[in-house]
Amino acid sequence: MGLNIAVCVKRVPAPGSRINVTADLQSVDTANLGFTTSPHEECAVEEAVKLVEAHGGTATVITLGPREAEEQLRYAASVGVEKCVLVAAPDGLGWDPQRTASALAAAVQAVEARDGAFDIIMFGNESADSGGFQVGVRVARALGRPIVNGVKGVEVADDTITVRRPIDTGFEVYRLPRPAVIGVKEGINLPRYPTMKGRLASKKAAVEVLTAVAEPGGQVRVQLHRPPEKASSTIILGNGPEAAPAVVDLLAELGLLI
Amino acid sequence: MSDTTTTSGVPATAKCVVIGAGIVGNTLVGHLSRLGWTDIVQIDKGPLPNPGGSTGHASNFIFPTDHNKEMAFLTLDSQQQYVDMGVNNECGGIEVAREPQRMEEFNRRMTSAKAWGIDASLLTPAQVKELVPFINENVILGGFYTPSVSAVDSLRAGTIMREEAQSKGHAKVFANTEVLDVEVEDGHVKAVVTTKGRIECEHLAIACGVWSPRIARMAGVNIPLVPAVHQMADVGPIEVLVESNKELAYPIVRDMDTFCYERQSAGSMEVGSYAHRPIFHHPDDIPTNEESALSPTELPLTMDDFDPQMEQAIELMDMLGDAEIKYAINGLLSLTPDAMPVLGEIPGVRNLWSAAAVWIKEGPGIAQLVAEWMTFGYPKMCDPHTSDISRFYPHELSEHHIEARCAEHFNKTYGIVHPREQWASRRNQRRSPFFAREEALGAVFFDARGWERPQWYTSNEHLLAKYGDKPGEVCAPREHEWDARWWSPIINAEHLAMRESVGMVDLTAFNQLDVTGPGALDLLQKLSVNQVDVAVGKGVYTPWLTPHGGFRADLTIQRLGKEHFRVVTGAFDGGRDEHWIKRNMPLDGSVRFENKSTGLCTIGVWGPNALKTVQKLHTPERGEAGFSNEEFPYGSVLDRLLAGIPCTLFRISYVGELGFEITTKMEHGLALWDALWEAGQEFNVVPVGIGVYGATGRIEKGYRLMGAELESEYMPHEAGLERPKVKAADFIGKAAYVAARNAGATTSMCTLTVDDHTSANGISRFPVGGNEPILTLSGDRILDSHGRVSRVTTAAMGPSVGKFLLLAYLPPEHAVEGTKLQVMYMNELFPVTVARVGSKPLFDPDDSRMKG
Repeated sequence: MGLNIAVCVKRVPAPGSRINVTADLQSVDTANLGFTTSPHEECAVEEAVKLVEAHGGTATVITLGPREAEEQLRYAASVGVEKCVLVAAPDGLGWDPQRTASALAAAVQAVEARDGAFDIIMFGNESADSGGFQVGVRVARALGRPIVNGVKGVEVADDTITVRRPIDTGFEVYRLPRPAVIGVKEGINLPRYPTMKGRLASKKAAVEVLTAVAEPGGQVRVQLHRPPEKASSTIILGNGPEAAPAVVDLLAELGLLI
Repeated sequence: MSDTTTTSGVPATAKCVVIGAGIVGNTLVGHLSRLGWTDIVQIDKGPLPNPGGSTGHASNFIFPTDHNKEMAFLTLDSQQQYVDMGVNNECGGIEVAREPQRMEEFNRRMTSAKAWGIDASLLTPAQVKELVPFINENVILGGFYTPSVSAVDSLRAGTIMREEAQSKGHAKVFANTEVLDVEVEDGHVKAVVTTKGRIECEHLAIACGVWSPRIARMAGVNIPLVPAVHQMADVGPIEVLVESNKELAYPIVRDMDTFCYERQSAGSMEVGSYAHRPIFHHPDDIPTNEESALSPTELPLTMDDFDPQMEQAIELMDMLGDAEIKYAINGLLSLTPDAMPVLGEIPGVRNLWSAAAVWIKEGPGIAQLVAEWMTFGYPKMCDPHTSDISRFYPHELSEHHIEARCAEHFNKTYGIVHPREQWASRRNQRRSPFFAREEALGAVFFDARGWERPQWYTSNEHLLAKYGDKPGEVCAPREHEWDARWWSPIINAEHLAMRESVGMVDLTAFNQLDVTGPGALDLLQKLSVNQVDVAVGKGVYTPWLTPHGGFRADLTIQRLGKEHFRVVTGAFDGGRDEHWIKRNMPLDGSVRFENKSTGLCTIGVWGPNALKTVQKLHTPERGEAGFSNEEFPYGSVLDRLLAGIPCTLFRISYVGELGFEITTKMEHGLALWDALWEAGQEFNVVPVGIGVYGATGRIEKGYRLMGAELESEYMPHEAGLERPKVKAADFIGKAAYVAARNAGATTSMCTLTVDDHTSANGISRFPVGGNEPILTLSGDRILDSHGRVSRVTTAAMGPSVGKFLLLAYLPPEHAVEGTKLQVMYMNELFPVTVARVGSKPLFDPDDSRMKG
């Protein structure tokens, strides 16, 4: 009996070091930006694919977003996820964490009603753009399932899921029943890149489209604010071989020399 | 200049500021330093050594074979510079064919490789497989292999050149310094304003690739290029590549018919494409370094555009399918409306230089060329006329035009482009007043920098049988599609009909540049090799030379008044010649310049019955003189009324016949055409296209063409255009020309006949005139003592002499009439004979038909 895993991902802009805000101060200016999946979620996708490779089963990727978010679903498909679900939500404002979680929970229930329960629902620890840390928790609560965030290790045996998360002094280890929700943190694995064949296959992947249904939550965006840029400086340690001692000193200072 | 420094860091003054620290800016700084410039400031808005421009993401490989002489030369020169800097990694390269026509193109590439002295060979699919074991030999028909293909470290090369200039104390370099404004005063560059202060400078060179138009606009001028996407992905690791333990263990493969390449990069493969839809960005919309996820010119890959190329890449190399896409970008590079760089002084602002739209493969060579241009007033190393920014006319500088033409040629980056290939976009931009008549006569129009010019007229098709269109006859069709493309045997029939009676040629694309004022004569004397101080009413043919004595222009000058001269030059040279006049004009107001071209139109009327045709229209009033040899001798420019229309007639001919260039105001043009046409009916007047004027007519007469026979590497005495004596008055290039002339010609322009056209498969072939090498009977290239290669500069039928003719420079040992040589065409050899040395034509050698 394989694992039935869902991974919830979010389409986010891939910015440089300076993030521009639109004139109405309501969103990130994405005119020259590409879009990607939040890094924690990329790791969640990788973890789901690995677990399915190890235990059998099915990985499903779910996103709530505009039609363009199909790009992120297909990216997940290109690295091995089998099923794609787009919870179509009109682009724009109003998709606060509460409402997002509510719509996602409804979508999960709809899929589960048809295909059976997910053993694990994975989230990224937090999204790369808004960083609310809320959606996973709210979905878990709505579904009445336990959740552990900050996870950097997952093992599955029989009916239990064992997860680890780092703390200052070591690791906390949790044992969860199935079904459960996990918030995955970057570093749990090194996500694979899609292969060319994977990319081409992903174009043929079916994307199930559900309509997002949920009432607005209580959080309202007032405006975005771009903090003043921190001045950075570059120290040139030297040119050619004569730079070597300075490089060694710096490495020692950083504690990188054994 | 003083060495003061502003508080913000940049010097307050500099002899020269170079904007850009990519391959071009860096090597330009280095070459300027080598040429003696000691006060250079280089700035870039990005960090060093990779400021974020196109150089930073280039694939950096060099395939040296190019059909274009200028690009081939600059590429080979650049590759040698990379070798000298120790950053050239020779790995070999194979262009593979999937389609039969590509194999034909490889034969053409073999020919160009031979011309430029590049070692190359054709490979069978199995031979390709031997060199590239992971290739699927079943999808290819063969390969064109060049062992000297290399990949270079362009960032390192730039750093070496930049630091060389810095270490000599010739250059100060400022990274993270953005240009805010360019100040121009009285048409001269004054200063550049940066985020670190203002720098007053004598010269400003724009070498910042995709941002160049933005900087030019600050000075109120245009650099016609558009930043365009070239998609590239780095896929790996791939076991066979990892195991090679080398950056480049296998030849670079260009999959020519899918417009893709595969280039090893250590353990992975870079797959690049020129097959996707044209994707353009505006220079103002390119993100800053800080706003970019990777760099300003490494934009997010639009994956859907790349998918078809991935399928083709996997088809060619199955191992690529399982390789991970580690890095993939929409990389920005520069495209121009005619796919050539934009170099030289920008018309409109003195000492504002463009070194833009340059790729890695030709970067250091072009930098040297521009540095020479800035130093000497014109480059020494090779003729830059196909890259000269002043070649563009105003309508070609609009973003509308640039994007339309770039969209058309982007997918031809790996395309098979015929030397006579015509543009499909942006046609009908400039039309003569005769256009409607020409269209009605079935003109086949060719584009001449926006002008629609009839190349031949289908209405003359009925003449084919008259002059012989059976195999072997002069108007026979060509058997091979390539030879016949953009060509018609009607050209030969038109030619013969003109020589038999009279023809009318639309010459409205001429550039007619009026130079007037008390200083006009002195200026034109300074520019011209030949004597311009002639009587009013005389016209002069003359070359203009570069400071090194090579051809800069080739044109006629009409003296219309004591202080009124009209320079008449070709459609492909007008912009360049106008710029040359303006940059040599005195600044004291003694010379005025006016471009009259678009207000005037010209019809060439030539042939034994030309005079009779024109005379029929002559309506002498108030004792106006007529057309006798005394009244209107050869070389005169005189006003006459024709059918009541005021006209200026120049008795001259580029086709070697009696007749005139008849010029009138644009608004009279159609009436003049109709009148001449009607008058000519009793002589069976034919409309004659540029196929005759520019090729068959002139080649029989041995007339040279600027940009073909006449380039800055050659001098008048080599082209057979020297006069018995050198003009006493000084002119640009005189000292160098006289010295070389006194030393004797080391090469001479010759007319050759093709003795047998039969190819190996029995089909007759006709060279199209694309730099085909002239070889000895043993198949060796012919180089003169200056290293200049003998190659075909023009090829065309000589219908009246019944032979197919070639023009080529030959060194003295071969420039002997009767010498047997060979021409290589499409990788086959055809026997040729030197028929003429120098300017003496094969047809009507004493010019009796023309001069009467």
